[in-house]
Amino acid sequence: MVEYKTTIGIEVHAQLKTLTKLFCGCPVSFGEGANTNVCSVCLGLPGVLPSLNKKAVELAIKAGLALDCKIHTKSIFARKNYFYPDLPKGYQITQYRFPIATGGKILVEGREIRIKRVHLEEESAKSIHEKDKSLIDYNRSGIPLIEIVTEPDIDSPDMAVAYLKTLQKILQFENISDAVMARAEFRCEPNISVSKEKGILGTRTEVKNLNSFKAVKKSLLSEIRRQTETLEKGKTVEQATIHYSEETQKTWVARIKEESSDYRYFPEPDLPPLLISQTWIDEIKTTVGELPVQKKEKYVELGLNEKDAKTISSSTTTSRLFEGILKIIGEPIEVSKWILRDYRSLGEPDISAENFAEMIKMVLEGKISRNAGAEVLAEMVKTKKAPKQIVEEKNLSQISDTNALERAIREVFEENPDELTRLKNGEKKLFGFFVGQVMKKTGGKADPKEVSRIISEYEKKY
Amino acid sequence: MKTILEYREQFKKEEITPLDLLEKSLEKIDPSLNAYITVTEELARKGVKKNTKGILKGIPIAIKDNINIKGIPTTCASNVLKGFIPPFSATVIERIQRSGGIFTGKTNLDEFGMGSSTERSYYGPTKNPYDLTKVPGGSSGGSAAAVASGSAVISLGSDTGGSVRQPASYCGLVGLKPTYGRVSRYGLVAFGSSLDQIGIIGRNAEDVGVLLEVIAGYDPKDSTSSKKEIEDYSNLRETPKNIKIGIPEEYFKQIDTEVHSRVMEIKKAIEKEGISFKPVSLPTTGYIIPTYQVISYAEASSNLARYDGVRYGLRKDGEDFHDTIRKSRNEGFLPEVKRRILIGSFVLSSEAIAEYYERADLIRRLITQEFNDVFKEVDYLLTPATPTPAFPIGERTDDPIRMHVPDRMTAGANLAGIPAVAAPAGMIGKLPIGYQLIGKPFDEKGLLSIVRLVEKIAPFQGFIKEAQDG
Repeated sequence: MVEYKTTIGIEVHAQLKTLTKLFCGCPVSFGEGANTNVCSVCLGLPGVLPSLNKKAVELAIKAGLALDCKIHTKSIFARKNYFYPDLPKGYQITQYRFPIATGGKILVEGREIRIKRVHLEEESAKSIHEKDKSLIDYNRSGIPLIEIVTEPDIDSPDMAVAYLKTLQKILQFENISDAVMARAEFRCEPNISVSKEKGILGTRTEVKNLNSFKAVKKSLLSEIRRQTETLEKGKTVEQATIHYSEETQKTWVARIKEESSDYRYFPEPDLPPLLISQTWIDEIKTTVGELPVQKKEKYVELGLNEKDAKTISSSTTTSRLFEGILKIIGEPIEVSKWILRDYRSLGEPDISAENFAEMIKMVLEGKISRNAGAEVLAEMVKTKKAPKQIVEEKNLSQISDTNALERAIREVFEENPDELTRLKNGEKKLFGFFVGQVMKKTGGKADPKEVSRIISEYEKKY
Repeated sequence: MKTILEYREQFKKEEITPLDLLEKSLEKIDPSLNAYITVTEELARKGVKKNTKGILKGIPIAIKDNINIKGIPTTCASNVLKGFIPPFSATVIERIQRSGGIFTGKTNLDEFGMGSSTERSYYGPTKNPYDLTKVPGGSSGGSAAAVASGSAVISLGSDTGGSVRQPASYCGLVGLKPTYGRVSRYGLVAFGSSLDQIGIIGRNAEDVGVLLEVIAGYDPKDSTSSKKEIEDYSNLRETPKNIKIGIPEEYFKQIDTEVHSRVMEIKKAIEKEGISFKPVSLPTTGYIIPTYQVISYAEASSNLARYDGVRYGLRKDGEDFHDTIRKSRNEGFLPEVKRRILIGSFVLSSEAIAEYYERADLIRRLITQEFNDVFKEVDYLLTPATPTPAFPIGERTDDPIRMHVPDRMTAGANLAGIPAVAAPAGMIGKLPIGYQLIGKPFDEKGLLSIVRLVEKIAPFQGFIKEAQDG
């Protein structure tokens, strides 16, 4: 059998994390009583006009920036006309020829997936079909969405899922969208074609109704099989909308597209062109963090192993803290250990990087023991006190004053002359005994390493 | 008949009460004119009782039935909106209510504003108060007939291609279409969104200025409304100085000869006041009607898509939801609206959009540019408001092309988004006829000031006044 090349492009609709809808003041919510968060505007009553939500524009710009797109200082809303009961105005306000952002890319497992465009649009309502009737809940009507469209750069179902997971993480990390698939906040519509010849695209089909990453992968695998079999039989793949069933794990042709639907797009006359100042774009740019993948790579370069770098980079809290501490004291490996071992076991609570750094510094300088450091950390989380204060209050500081240590060791030697003789005669196990005695005498505040060093020096002199 | 400010004085001196004026107005509602779809007596009587010092206190105002008043049916003269009661008021309505104005009712129109005669209404035609066999003009024919027959002191209409100015001309009134964005469209049921503008039909320039001062200004609910400061439009005592008025030759072709003479009489009268005139040319004038048709029909096809019987208005159940939508719309709309929806859908279709909608949009820009250029030479343009006086009822109902003819004078201002006013130029037989002044963006005050000047100096002024009083 000839090998077939798979080409996949993906459209994602992500719900923007705003308090209110795109064109009216209705709250955005999930799971409330049907038709409770609606008004004349999102019901499309005669006489209403849209007023654009600035926060939604900000988040769309941020999404564009996070996906390395060019943000257009002028973009234009358009009407997409079609009849459907859940579309209250008979058209959807979207962006068509002039979207807010174009020409981006993201890195997925070291590969570049190009982003064709990002545009703003409003959500439709939700139809609920019952046996003898259909009901419509307009709570979702007018919720702000961004549509993110890739170029056909994806060549396998696994890569498609990896892209979606990366995209989801970026949107969540940047606070653009909660992107919870189960709540329809992150929906994907892959289109897929197979072809024998390199560089020539086959007829593509669009897969709909995908509610999980598993469904994305299985449906694409099923669709590759279906298209390949069709071609092998000498038939042609028809342009179609494909549905996937979670139960049977199979795809089927839901609708053959005889010709593409004519949505009669035209510029939305109720909204002037959306003008965005470069200053605003620059301002938003400062809020866009490094992407998780970029962070991970940077951490690996700092010397962390792949696994640790991934763990720290995938949570905003840990990556921010890690970088914050690093700025003050350096020592990436040491800091990563503190974060991975001690901090995460506390449940990633709020803590200042300055205090955290100071505590680690005290350990590194031998002022407190590592165990004492862990105790200070827990206390800092609880009381928000500075590490110095905690060390003083709890009397945790190590005795590193050599004179004081020498004095304590001399005392211990004098108190235990027999054991000292045995140590001198080569009974090395008594070394631990003496360290223990010194620690006891100092109330645990001595640096064990320092104690060992001085004992081994002194045993000879005595 | 008195002006709004004169009524205000009378109320102050307690020579007449707002309730007296209201009752007198309501008495003048003449069923044979069919100016109203809904008379709102109760709302009006409640409104009169409100204690307010607003400039419109106690002034009875008629509202075109495509502008929402909360709790009162909005029909747009269409069966498709049967039973629809808006849960909110238009911004202009809220502003009028805050200023003490009261509403006599919702006036008749061509369905959704699509017509020039107020004959294409589900609720039957409105008649011209000067001659019951003639149309009052349209689509704001109900609002014009209401004011001309004395049941309202002033009224609101909407003007997409001339729907305020043309009926004002046919009914001997002053009709202003403000600059696009000067008055909020929130609560006006859309026909052609990029052309629609709420306008005013009154008996004189000052009344129109008083009402404009109330309704004009930025509205956050309308993103296309302008933040530009409003002016004291009610203060028209001073006539603009050192102005030049252009006479565009294209507007004087293919018009009634008597209309021509009436408008020339106006020109002469203004000239006597020391204002100079200059012949100018607007070569794109011939493209105004087709351009206007393509753009307004395209926008209408989209704006009227929401009337599907799903949420409100007429519903005719079918086999499935698409069938229900089909049946509801088929029974809901009259033929002219269907014709425009079909053409509008066609001009936006992927096969036709480049040749029709996009080309019309381009020509629209050329027309606008031409107005901008001519306004570098002159400050205003004087034209007839309509090519003829009111035509007979039934004459053009089967001829959509002829029905559009009056738009030739008026639709240019809509395409360019600039202000224009129609005002009485005199009578032809027993029918009034109007002249039109077109101005620069946001120069409503200048336009009204010239109309005010004409009111003072024109020889036929008394005759129209008498006709209105009678």
